[in-house]
Amino acid sequence: MDAIRRYLRSPPAVIGLVLLVIVLAMAASAGWLFPHDPLSLAGRPLQWPMANPRFWFGTDNSGRDIAAQIFYGARISLLIGLVATFVSIVIGIVIGALAGYYGGRTDTVLMRLTEAFQTLPNFLLLLVLVAVFGSNITTVTIAIGVVSWPAPARLTRAEFLSLRNREFVQAARTLGMRDLRLIFGEILPNALPPVIVYASVVMAVAILLESALAFLRLSDPNVASWGNLIGLGRDVLRSEWYVSAIPGIAILVTVLAVSLVGQGLNDAFNPRLKGR
Amino acid sequence: MRILSLAGRRLAASVPTVLLILIGIFLLLQFAPGDTVDAMMAQMGGGDAATARELRRFYGLDLSVPAQLGNYLWRLVRFDLGFSAIYGKPVVTVITERLPATLLLMISALSFAFFFGLVLGVVAARRVNKWPDTLISTLGLIFYATPSFWFGLMAIVVFSIYLQWFPPGGLEDITTVNTGLWRVLDIARHLVLPTLTLGFIYLAIYLRIMRASMLEVQNLDFVRTARAKGLDETRVVVRHVLRNALLPMVTLIGLQAGTMLGGSVVVESVFSLPGLGRLAYESVIQRDLNTLLGIVFVSALVVIAVNFVTDLLYARLDPRITSGV
Repeated sequence: MDAIRRYLRSPPAVIGLVLLVIVLAMAASAGWLFPHDPLSLAGRPLQWPMANPRFWFGTDNSGRDIAAQIFYGARISLLIGLVATFVSIVIGIVIGALAGYYGGRTDTVLMRLTEAFQTLPNFLLLLVLVAVFGSNITTVTIAIGVVSWPAPARLTRAEFLSLRNREFVQAARTLGMRDLRLIFGEILPNALPPVIVYASVVMAVAILLESALAFLRLSDPNVASWGNLIGLGRDVLRSEWYVSAIPGIAILVTVLAVSLVGQGLNDAFNPRLKGR
Repeated sequence: MRILSLAGRRLAASVPTVLLILIGIFLLLQFAPGDTVDAMMAQMGGGDAATARELRRFYGLDLSVPAQLGNYLWRLVRFDLGFSAIYGKPVVTVITERLPATLLLMISALSFAFFFGLVLGVVAARRVNKWPDTLISTLGLIFYATPSFWFGLMAIVVFSIYLQWFPPGGLEDITTVNTGLWRVLDIARHLVLPTLTLGFIYLAIYLRIMRASMLEVQNLDFVRTARAKGLDETRVVVRHVLRNALLPMVTLIGLQAGTMLGGSVVVESVFSLPGLGRLAYESVIQRDLNTLLGIVFVSALVVIAVNFVTDLLYARLDPRITSGV
């Protein structure tokens, strides 16, 4: 309760929450407001926003409704963001937990692996993964998750290092609990909160990574993704710049909302660290 | 000397990391549909199976995967990255042609982000929770949430198309031949927008870290001591607070060298700069896996080199690091 009150007292956190609710509402109402396929032909191409009352945001180079693509794009961005974040957090937790709990050689090997992933530019690795496994929406989402796990892994490991010799863990060990139950039943629930808060950072980066990939036309071309639309708009940037401008604002708002909410949660749950 | 040995130890520790990356990527690329010979045959406009077999034997692609891996690593030791079938040149040549543009972009974006992040972070921390702080922090958040390629496109619309202050792309003007100082100025003019585009995200990160780190340091005991002995405010901030608050910023450079290289893939594509990032993108599109593997190797080396320099810098800023532990 205290945490909720602290959250609601911080203006940026509330703004973030409002923006996030708006994006969620866009995703939820897409099918209802725009019953037709957002990627189907809707009207004459390259109509400016509001020039035709049927198209609030105008039409793109191939005559598709930009507003419909923005609304459906909210679904795609949130979906990719959530699933990729889930993948990266799960990998990160497993690797971080094993490294932090066992220490010694396990820790060395797993941390070397983490370091290798961090040394490699993540966008480059993403390009390699897409080149190898193709670029439909499933592989792209999993690939984004696979390149973003090192930071959550390090965070989980640090939490485990500080928790693994606490009294409650020793007590549980004396009771004869097995390692796996100790790790996932006893230590992990205590190590989880900072990792969950960090997930908002991962999600913001995941949305940005997908949009960059889509902009380069390396993501799935058969879904209404904001990045795809920006990439398309690039061809007509000189005169019809709104085609690129509008989806960019949608990405900005979504990423901003996710970061603000994450920051707000962090401050609400760790009041002592506020302002960092 | 101790600094060097410390940094040298860290450098030696990165050898297994590079090895791990190369083996991992090499094995990963084995899953890729099509190999170099397929790409070459496509370039030649097709050919019969016998030619393909002949070519595979010539490039050692008919061997088992472990043997190929062994061959590859042995060639790497001699810094031979193989041959790019698409560009018709050795991969080393292709990469060295493209590396300068990327390094130039990275260095200028990093300097821009570091300098302005530092200044804005200090200003925000000095006026904490007043309007300059709120304004700077809000701008930082917005920069952080802006997709860099979109920022680049909008910068092109405003500064190249409407205002016509800066060129929309390329590394230098190819219609006129410039030499000496004029060439430098021309390249600088072309790099302004890419630098801003790549730099703004990092500016946001640096400013946040700098602000937090200033806030933390300025409440420590030694700062109170400095104030108590009557130093003026500028002296306290510059000589005492700033120097200590800089440490996390330096760490961040090392941590972010990798992301920055990744970010330059996108920025180079937006501004059609002939850099390593664009080469990576092209080699993905053209299935030039030899070049892709070479780029992965060189980027890992760049990241490790940046970390090496950061270590040296860190030890210079904080003498405690070389003494003791």
